[in-house]
Amino acid sequence: MKFSLLVLASPYSQQGGLSALKFAQTCLKGGHEIYRVFFYNEGIQNGSFLQTPQQDELNLHSQWTKLAEQHQLDLVICIAAALKRGLLNESEAKRYDKPQYNLQAPFEISGLGQLLDAQINSDQLITFG
Amino acid sequence: MTNKILIIQRTAPYGSSLAREGLDYVLTSAAYDQDISLLFLGDGVFQLLKNQQSQDINLKPQGSALEILPLYDINKFYAVKEDLEERNLLEADLTLSVKTISRSDVSAFIKQQEKVVGF
Repeated sequence: MKFSLLVLASPYSQQGGLSALKFAQTCLKGGHEIYRVFFYNEGIQNGSFLQTPQQDELNLHSQWTKLAEQHQLDLVICIAAALKRGLLNESEAKRYDKPQYNLQAPFEISGLGQLLDAQINSDQLITFG
Repeated sequence: MTNKILIIQRTAPYGSSLAREGLDYVLTSAAYDQDISLLFLGDGVFQLLKNQQSQDINLKPQGSALEILPLYDINKFYAVKEDLEERNLLEADLTLSVKTISRSDVSAFIKQQEKVVGF
């Protein structure tokens, strides 16, 4: 089965962030395909490489990065949702004249059309709110 | 290719940004020429209220934003009958003309769609 994931939940305040990661890991282990993971609303916070949980807690950013590298996952952050919440990659930081950025590959910034594309081209779109 | 897409609005218009960001997805889908239906469910029916004065909390009124959807060829609006009744909302209170579906029919309605997403 070809899945896409829509992550609306923030990484540590809501369980949805962790559930999305676990679902993705289980999907791939079960031989399913993940077409895209789209981060929207508070879910975009999962993409910040500055997140620094305590060492005995799971780092969701690192886990997504590891999974993406192992399976060539397409991790897309919604640009409108990200910019207003202060999540920027290097080029957006330059464009808006900000002194810092907190987003880098494998997370990509793109528009909502990527969510529509994921919904159309997947058998199932699963939302984690 | 046109797909039959159902977008479910489940949250109240303010208090969280899901209603607004869900609407942004509706507009994106419309721009790509999809066959969109919108279902207002639970507290999502509050989005349909007329005369929202959200400027006082520095937010654009969700009701007025919904009113422009027919300009984007989105005309299929549904709301759950019991969810309107439980919140004492009458047809005259709503900014769009919606078809009501009873709660027991929602599951069958969702099954008729090709793609479904909820906010």
